[in-house]
Amino acid sequence: MRLQYPTNINIIRVPCTGKVDILHILRAFEKGADGVYAVGCMEGDCHYNTGNLRARKRVEQASKILDTVGVGGKRVQMRNLSSGEGPLFVKFAKEIVEQIKELGPNPLKQAKAGIQKEKNAA
Amino acid sequence: MIVADKKPIEEIVEEFGQVKNLLIAGCNECVTVCEAGGKKEVGILASALRMYFLNQGREVKIDEVTLERQCDHEYLEEIRNMVDQYDAVVSMACGVGIQFLAEEYPKLPVYPGVNTCFMGATEKRGLWVERCQGCGQCILAKTGAVCPITRCAKRLMNGPCGGSTRGKCEISQDTDCAWQLIIERLRMLGRLDEYEKLFPIKDWSTDRAGGPRKVVREDIQL
Repeated sequence: MRLQYPTNINIIRVPCTGKVDILHILRAFEKGADGVYAVGCMEGDCHYNTGNLRARKRVEQASKILDTVGVGGKRVQMRNLSSGEGPLFVKFAKEIVEQIKELGPNPLKQAKAGIQKEKNAA
Repeated sequence: MIVADKKPIEEIVEEFGQVKNLLIAGCNECVTVCEAGGKKEVGILASALRMYFLNQGREVKIDEVTLERQCDHEYLEEIRNMVDQYDAVVSMACGVGIQFLAEEYPKLPVYPGVNTCFMGATEKRGLWVERCQGCGQCILAKTGAVCPITRCAKRLMNGPCGGSTRGKCEISQDTDCAWQLIIERLRMLGRLDEYEKLFPIKDWSTDRAGGPRKVVREDIQL
């Protein structure tokens, strides 16, 4: 199909979204990611039965934590599609990139830069 | 095992002053099983706190360690060489571990990272239930291995009260009537005649009412 999706996405492949842990999501933000989204199979279609359902729960938990620490819970989301839905993958990618752009960059990047600036000044 | 629940991050950070170096100490025992204070939860809290402090423009060094147990002096010794470099410790062990850690390192501020709840079991993933209150004088032999002290809201010793309806307790439709369970179990065991026997007055001096308790075993003390 040779569909184009936004180039600022870094795809991390996992055998199943059930592999995605809260820590993976949180570390991504610690390292400066502006947003993270997990794309799993359709609910009810998981090869391992509950992998994508577990992923959704973890995404929800990560979202709550990010809200608490002031990074913003909307920066992490879950999407579902079947493996044959390339155009939908592109649609999700564009949608999420658009939403994250509206939210602006990860506030931690700015905070880090601020601390570095203070250090340099001192 | 001892069951603990997650403590909201907002509550944990509220307690800190201007810390610069923080250690988060997990425990490999009960709190790991109930997914509240094991290695993974230590990692999540550490990550969340790093982001929280950074977002406030504060650079706080946060390290992680998970001990085999925090309710044993020998395992607490493992961190003796490193504790000096920290301003505070968040202990993710149960209340026992938190206190033991603080007793071991009296100069170090120790903060709780979990809410310790009760002695219980995992009924299914994500559901923990209370099964023992540690009354110090076990009567399970006479009650078909169902504890009325823990599972009856009134701690009744001789059959159900009038609030028992269709096998449920009057405090909540989700709570089984302990005496209903006891009677069913005794019937299954063919020991229903035991239900007819009256319990003597229970000696509550071994319960928490007598203040903090001790078990002294001179036979194994050196």
